[in-house]
Amino acid sequence: MNQTTPPNSFRTGPDEQGMFGIFGGRFVAETLMPLILELEEEWTRAKADPEFRAELEHLNAHYTGRPSPMYFAERLTEHLGGAKIYFKRDELNHTGSHKINNCVGQILLAKRMGKTRIIAETGAGQHGVASATVAARFGYPCEVYMGATDVERQAPNVFRMKLLGAKVHPVTSGHGTLKDAMNEALRDWVTNVEDTYYLIGTAAGPHPYPEMVRDFQSVIGREAREQMLAMEGRLPDMLIAAVGGGSNAIGLFHPFLDDKDVQIVGVEAGGKGLDGEEHCASLTAGAPGVLHGNRTYLLQDTDGQIKEGHSISAGLDYPGIGPEHSWLKDSNRVEYVPIMDTEALEAFQLLTRLEGIIPALEPSHALAEVIKRAPKMGKDQIIVMNLCGRGDKDIFTVGKILGVEL
Amino acid sequence: MTTRIDTRFDKLKAEGRPALVTYFMGGDPDYDTSLRIMKALPGAGSDVIELGMPFSDPMADGPAIQMAGQRALKGGQTLVKTLDLARDFRKTDPETPIVLMGYYNPIYVYGVDRFLTDAREAGIDGLIVVDLPPEMDEELCLPAIKAGINFIRLATPTTDDKRLPRVLSNTSGFVYYVSMTGITGSAIADTSKVNAAVERIKGHTGLPVCVGFGVKTAEQARAIGQAADGVVVGTAIVNQIANTLDAKGAATTDTVESVATMVRGLATGVRAARLAPAE
Repeated sequence: MNQTTPPNSFRTGPDEQGMFGIFGGRFVAETLMPLILELEEEWTRAKADPEFRAELEHLNAHYTGRPSPMYFAERLTEHLGGAKIYFKRDELNHTGSHKINNCVGQILLAKRMGKTRIIAETGAGQHGVASATVAARFGYPCEVYMGATDVERQAPNVFRMKLLGAKVHPVTSGHGTLKDAMNEALRDWVTNVEDTYYLIGTAAGPHPYPEMVRDFQSVIGREAREQMLAMEGRLPDMLIAAVGGGSNAIGLFHPFLDDKDVQIVGVEAGGKGLDGEEHCASLTAGAPGVLHGNRTYLLQDTDGQIKEGHSISAGLDYPGIGPEHSWLKDSNRVEYVPIMDTEALEAFQLLTRLEGIIPALEPSHALAEVIKRAPKMGKDQIIVMNLCGRGDKDIFTVGKILGVEL
Repeated sequence: MTTRIDTRFDKLKAEGRPALVTYFMGGDPDYDTSLRIMKALPGAGSDVIELGMPFSDPMADGPAIQMAGQRALKGGQTLVKTLDLARDFRKTDPETPIVLMGYYNPIYVYGVDRFLTDAREAGIDGLIVVDLPPEMDEELCLPAIKAGINFIRLATPTTDDKRLPRVLSNTSGFVYYVSMTGITGSAIADTSKVNAAVERIKGHTGLPVCVGFGVKTAEQARAIGQAADGVVVGTAIVNQIANTLDAKGAATTDTVESVATMVRGLATGVRAARLAPAE
């Protein structure tokens, strides 16, 4: 399946059918198909509409707080003794993660389409909070599907969503995590297709979602590029980001995909190790399959049944991955590696002590990879890591593991 | 090419009544019970069998069929075994059409070419794959037609006149009209609206039009059967199976017979559909 000759550009996908190579597509029930086509048309119009872009930029600047800073992590760099480490600080966004970038864009689309109700799925609750936030801001009722397991381990975010006026539906089917929440959101959508906008939180799902979410998140990479050129006068040597569904990673990576000298690394949740079943490394340990509207790498058995993943981080606890990442893996443009729960936890604590930043468990995975790679690189080299979420939501999970009663 | 499905609908047309299409989940709650249920269906009045292929993530199904799939998977059902069910059934019934219904991933992972060869050899006549709209025809629909297997498309209330021709192209065997926007097992919409939709679709195709999603009783089957060429019952049958299982989820002596009894009732419904003059 690996391509023998690299394409001229890695930035032209998807094609008109919504495919990135063999990945992506529109694998949905007929009931949803007319709506997905309508969404694609509206998205195409919006992209070309200066008014839409202006409104998006205005909200990004004044509501979300963009551009997010590019921060030189001086003490961490010193501690690791190798490459200079920069953080793209999307954890400083309104609502505490990169998820808001996408929600602001999609709520504007929902408004254009005349929809009156917003639904969303959420894992860690970051996307649920961001969805509830923009729904409140634009006056829409919002219902969020969240796995029952996640409702329990991300209680602060559940309360946040409720404060914002959203209704949270705990999903008990399957293992009660992100995959099951997405199934339930799709069932809601197929039932309420007339008035409902499904605000998908990651760069996955049927076309045009992977492209659309990527484009809304690419503001991260575009800013990072400019900031690097301003601060260092050159592009970084390496980009590192965590991948669950993969939206923060594709947002950082995409504007750099054609810069051949920029090495790009995506970090998957290795959970308790790839030997067993308790991980979410769909790219490293999965196989291509079809789920949630797209073809992509999935954790599945030989009969094509989807497995339940595991990660310490609810936001990475998904057995699939955005289709563009699958394509970038097979085209060898991006390297994907797993990081174990324990490594992420150590990285979480290290950053907190060294830089006074409590990262979310999701970017803690990316950070653990930075910790592995930076010491092997020269002091004149630069790594940019996407610090895509803050860790306030995770202190209960971490406290529990460290044996601290909160 | 004339398939068992074509032959069956031609015969029913001559009889002047709609088909009773019955869905159950392959391997629910175990292989042997499932085979016995399948074998009992034609005698009880089922004209076309929809054999469900269990999938871990059935996005268009309500709780009843979700749970049936979970029971089947827990009992060790696989796509290989679902094809075995059809093969075993064909040993004693060479005529009743079998339509496999489910989601694409297990077929994709099995391998499309190998699947079509094995499905045809097992006596499968048609496929309904929920997550393959016309936009994805090259995946399975076109290869299936080439292999001599009907690809039965779902039309829904959101499929408007502009889109209908696209949905009907490459459709064969029959058209499956989904009576509502929703998941399997929800309450059925207004019968007269459904019948109007059926007439609308018939204006675009000569294929038989069957209606499913939400038909639970003989009376509903009769009412829907006034306009439709076939009535699909799924969730009600799957629930009937679930209700007879013991506390551990295993089949009991009632399981097969209670399904047969229910299907006999539904069969009287479709047979009564055209007795009263249709409005």
